[in-house]
This record gives sequence, C-alpha cells and structure tokens, in this order.
Amino acid sequence: MNWAEALPVIFLALMGLAMLAYVVLDGYDLGVGLLLPRAGDADKDTMIDSIGPFWDANETWLVLGVGILLIAFPKAHGMVLGALYLPVALMLVGLILRGVAFDFRVKARDDHKPLWNFAFFAGSGLAALAQGWMLGRYITGLEVNAWTTAFAAVIALLLPAAYVLLGASWLVMKTDGELQRKARDWARIAWPPVVLGMALISLATPWVSESVRTRWFTMPEFIALLPIPLATVAALGATRWLLGSDHVLGRWCALPFVLVVSVFLLGFVGLAYSLYPYVVMDRLTIWQAASATESLAIIAIGCAVTVPAIVGYTVFAYRVFWGKARALKYA
Amino acid sequence: MDALVLARMQFAANITFHILFPTITIALGWALLFFRWRWLKTQDAAWLGAYRFWTKVFALSFALGVVSGIVMSFQFGTNWPGFMQTVGNIAGPLLGYEVLTAFFLEASFLGIMLFGHGRVSERVHLVATFLVAFGTTMSAFWILALNSWMHTPAGYVIRDGEFFAASWLHIVFNPSFPYRLTHVLLASGLTVSFLLAGVAAWQLLRGKAQAWTGRTLRVGLTMGAVLIPLQILAGDAHGLNTLEHQPQKIAAMEGIWQTERGAPLLLFAWPDAATQSNKFALGIPKGASLILTHDLDGEIKGLNEFEGAHPPVAPLFWGFRVMVGTGVLMLAASWTGWWLLRRRRWQAAAMPRPMLWWLAGMTFSGWLATVAGWYVTEIGRQPFVVFGLLRTADVASSVSSPMIALTLTLYCTLYLVLIVAYITVVKHMAEKPEAAPAPAGAPVPAPLRSAT
Repeated sequence: MNWAEALPVIFLALMGLAMLAYVVLDGYDLGVGLLLPRAGDADKDTMIDSIGPFWDANETWLVLGVGILLIAFPKAHGMVLGALYLPVALMLVGLILRGVAFDFRVKARDDHKPLWNFAFFAGSGLAALAQGWMLGRYITGLEVNAWTTAFAAVIALLLPAAYVLLGASWLVMKTDGELQRKARDWARIAWPPVVLGMALISLATPWVSESVRTRWFTMPEFIALLPIPLATVAALGATRWLLGSDHVLGRWCALPFVLVVSVFLLGFVGLAYSLYPYVVMDRLTIWQAASATESLAIIAIGCAVTVPAIVGYTVFAYRVFWGKARALKYA
Repeated sequence: MDALVLARMQFAANITFHILFPTITIALGWALLFFRWRWLKTQDAAWLGAYRFWTKVFALSFALGVVSGIVMSFQFGTNWPGFMQTVGNIAGPLLGYEVLTAFFLEASFLGIMLFGHGRVSERVHLVATFLVAFGTTMSAFWILALNSWMHTPAGYVIRDGEFFAASWLHIVFNPSFPYRLTHVLLASGLTVSFLLAGVAAWQLLRGKAQAWTGRTLRVGLTMGAVLIPLQILAGDAHGLNTLEHQPQKIAAMEGIWQTERGAPLLLFAWPDAATQSNKFALGIPKGASLILTHDLDGEIKGLNEFEGAHPPVAPLFWGFRVMVGTGVLMLAASWTGWWLLRRRRWQAAAMPRPMLWWLAGMTFSGWLATVAGWYVTEIGRQPFVVFGLLRTADVASSVSSPMIALTLTLYCTLYLVLIVAYITVVKHMAEKPEAAPAPAGAPVPAPLRSAT
C-alpha cells in the first residue's frame, strides 16, 4: 500500500475516532439535557455542574469529525450533507439552542431561568432526534423509500434513549445521594429501548446491503466476528444487572458508565466493519471521495502533532474536574 | 427567489451572526489575561472583580461563537459543495489546522479558565487563560489566511479544473493576508474597548457602579484611544493593497462608474446601477484620487473596465461609509473620553453624564463597524468566490429554494432572538449587584450555585 492508498484509510480512522468521541462525549451531555425536566431545581443545577466544564470541548469533536469529512473526503461531504440537509439544519438549531441555554440560564433574570432550562431540554432533544434520523438514513445508504424512512424514524427515537442511558450513567458516576438514585432509575427506563435499537441496526444493515451480508455471514469471518455481538450482549446484560443493584451507589458508581461507553464502542466497531471501505454505503469508497494526496499529507502531519496533544489536554481537563460534581463558581 | 441568492443570504446570515462573537472573544481573552495578571501583581480586588465579571461575558460570547461555528462547518458543504470539490486541497488544510491548533485549545482550556480556580494552581490557571486567548487569536490567523487567499489567491496550480497546493508559504502569506489580519485583530481590539467602556458608562449612569467599573472605563478608553489611529493607518494600507489586487472593489466602494483622473471623494450619493451613475452626489473634489494614489490627479479605474465581473455598488458604497463613519465616531469618543477622564484624575464617578451617554450608546459600535467592513470586503469579491478564478454561481448546491428558504427563516429567527437575549443579559449582568464572595468553607447558598 502506498501513501495515496494509505492516507484515506488513516483519515477514515481519524474521522471515525472523532465521531466516536463526539457521540460518547456529547452523548452524555445531551442525555443529561434530556433528563433535565425530570429533576428538581437544586438537582438541575447539580446536573448542569457535572457537564459545565466539558460541553464546549465535547462539541468540538463534531467539528473535527465533520471537518475531516469536509477536508479529506469533500465529495462525500457534499453527498451526505446534501441528502441530510433538513435534519442537519434541525440538529444545528438544537445544538445552538442548548449551547447558549447552558450559559444564559444562570446569567439571565431569575424568572427567565425556567425558559432557558426548557430551551436546554428542547435543544438537546431536537439534536438527538435529528442525529438518530441521520444515523438511520446513513446506514441504509441514504436510500429513500418507505422502509428506510420508517427505519430512520425508529432510530430517531432510539438514539435519544441511548443518550439518556449514557447521561444517566454519567450522573450515577458524578453525583451522589437522592439524585444518584434517581439517575439509576432513569438509566433503567432507558435500557430496553437501547437494546431494541442495537438489535434493529444489527438486523437492518445486512438486510439492506448485500456486501454487509457477505462480510458478516461467511465462514470463517462469522466465527472471528462473533466476539463483537457476544461482548455487546454481555456488556448490556452487566449494565442492567448493575443498575438493579445498590453497588452502583457506592464504590462501583463508574462501572455503568464505562460499560455503556463500551457498548457504544462495540456498536461503532461493528458498524465500521460493515461500512469499510465505503464512506457512503455501497456507493462511494474512501479513495473515490478523498482529496489530493499532497493535501492529505500536510493535514496528516498536523494531526500527528496535534491530535495526541488534544487527547492529552482533554484527559488533563477531565482530571481537573475528577470525582463527584461540585458547584461551579467563576474564578 | 433564486436558490443561489438564498444560499448566499443563508451563509451571510450565519457568518454575520458568528463574527459578532469571535470579534469579542479574540481581544477580550487578552483583556482577561491582563486583568488576571494585574490582580496577581497588585492584589487589588478591583482587578479580580473586573476579571470575574468579564469572564462571564466571555463565557457567554464564547458559547455563541462555538455553536454558530459548528453551523459554519456544515454549511461549507451544504451551501457550497463545489467550493470544497474545486479548492478543497487548499481550503481543507487551512480549516483543518484551525480546528486542530485553535478550536480544541480554546474549548478545552476554557473549562479550566472558567471553573478551575481552586482546583489548579494560580500558575496553571494563568497558563489556561493564556492558552484560551492564544487559541482564539490562532483561530483568527487560520480563518483569515483562507479568507485572504480567496481574495488574493497565490501559491496554487490548477490541473483539470481542480486546485492543488504549490507553496504553502505563499498560500498562507498571500498578498492581502498581513493587511487583513492586522485590520481584523485591531477591529476586535476596538470592539472590546467600546464594550468595556460602554458597560462601565452604563453602570455609572444607572448608579450601579462596582469597584471595578472605573478600571474598565479607563482600560477601555485607553485601548480605544491607542488602537483607533492604528486602525485608521491599517485600514488605509489595506485599502491600497485592495486597489492593487481588486481594483473593482475599490471602484464600487467609491462609486466610480467610469475611469477618471482626479476622482472626488464622495461623502454622500445614491449609486444607481440602472444608469451606471450617482444621483445627489456630494463630494470633496479630487479626494479619492488623493487618498488612493496619493496624487491629486491620479487615475482610478472605473467599473466600466470590469464589465460583468464587478460587485454590486450600493452595498459596498454604503457599507464602506458606515464603517468609516463609525471609525470617526470612535476616534472622537475615545479621545474625548480619555482626555476628560484624565482631567478628572481618573475618577470615573466625576465623568460628565453626556459623555457617559455617548459611550454607553457606542457599546456595540465595534459590531457595526466590523459587520459593515466585512460586507464591503465579502460582497466586494462577488461575483467570484475565489477572486478572478471561481464564480460563486458555479459552486452552489442543488438544494431547492423552498428548502433553503425554510431553513433560512429558522436560522434568522433564532439568531435575532439570541442577539436580543445576549444584549439583554449583558445589560442585566451589568446592573446586578456583585455577589459578596462566600467565606471559604461556607456552604454556597442555593441561588448562587451553578455559574455555568
């Protein structure tokens, strides 16, 4: 493999990583946003405090993911985002609303606070629904017919559930007392739709795509791939068991979050395996969609230096705010 | 309406909304670093108060900048798919470096800067504040490199209709880049000068002055008084650079339809595209020639030389006058205000009320000048997206007009609401009495919690 062939693969990997980071990181704060109306006023503040220092950086992963799509695979960027024009616009409106509500809710007049709380919830909901819809459309190859539309609609409802599960597990980890108990209950409610969603996606992708079918259901690949669905089932099962016990209220509080993140990770690996080397399912490969090798090389050099640094200071930022969420005060 | 016009309106609406907030955060980041540094040096609580208040304004402005910046990264593809397909090899790396070296830096250290006090050492906190300011400035560097390249492309080769990079040094440091970067950074400095002075003036007028109000008034006026003459020089140099590379933009800005020697500097006119002439023109004879060529009878090329390839005249003509007019007002306000404040031995409370009203009225004047100037330069590039090489119409998307119109309405409504909310909340914060800092170890009362 020479550079011209390897660079698009490297960028695909990087884009996948950025998207995964986005879904996991912004996923938990979108989930917290979706849960906001269920909490009392004091709990609302604690919930926001738990995500306050991170949300700006979390959303930046989306810019990186879409940015790589734009700069490394410009032809795919046009095709994908053109086909998803309206849901993209709705997601952006949602992200704008929640991003600003975050800041406005504590700076505006006190009697406007409920309004901004609602904007935070509504924006989170709109963004999550739109992302679910886009995921549904994307994994059915942007094909538009009754079946794929119905599928996209179902995923649109199930992805928010996954974010709620993630957000509730985050709260179990970052809070204590009554709120932690409540968060555990919320996580339990969100669990069944997540299982349903994972199952639906696993069934739908081989069904709509011949190439996915052959990739998964031929010997000996089938045996080699078996650990992915088995580990997913195990992680989901363990999550459910933990959420039913009191262990998560104490020392094991981080475990559900870690397990749910690993479910996202496994789902991502499965999806990536199904799609590769297509950037749009069965229609456009990464090599067809890629920019010129010279341009990819110059971005690759930048990425080699900056991405480890970004990961480094992201870890640093999380360490600074490690442990249970405390009230945030401007310094 | 035409899908192209709608796509341009949508992009313009978004970029207009977006630019308001980086314009504040770029310079405000450095102002915060200054406040923090003064506090560490002098242990004077007024500097800490200024830091605390303006940090909140920074956080709010930053949030609005981030969310509208996310929209930008999508609209490149949805509105101008042909742009990335044609010049993606050049625009891509510049945008990529912006996200990698700037966006992440500022967004990640912002959390520590805003809420990390007490969790990290003073030194780490100061470094975090520096990195946020540095990140916002780097962001401007990359974005303006790309934007300038679109005005004065250099360092590229074209093969089969697609652009390839030949020299990154020439691409980044293209002919208009140093001028544009200087002009924009100074604009940010001026926007923040008047924001600082304006909010302080408002607090004094309302009898809501805080311990730090006088400090920010002095800092704002001093910054403004120093930066505005520099900006006038930088603007003049940028104009001459534009005359060299984009003469049709200058012709439209000055309303010069036919090539002429000794062209007047028009103070007022009604440019009429139908008759290719100006109505009700009032100008200083030979003024434009003098400013642009430094010669009373210098020749300035008219729009007649650029048939079918020049921008519309009215928006440039008016935009330019709004920008320059605001600049002149800034000069008058900052120098008068600074002189008055010095005469009163820096006692802000003794400032005459008319002066305070003047400054309060100019709180957001930086926005007006920035947006007007931005329109001049961007509309002035039309009908090209990459000047002289690629037409805007050729890179537009095939999304249908009703779809664009629908989302345009959605965005515009949201942006209007948010601008009103932003100004209202800044005003509300300025009028709210400062919360007494809670004694160490005491539980934080519920209403003061969560300062996100």
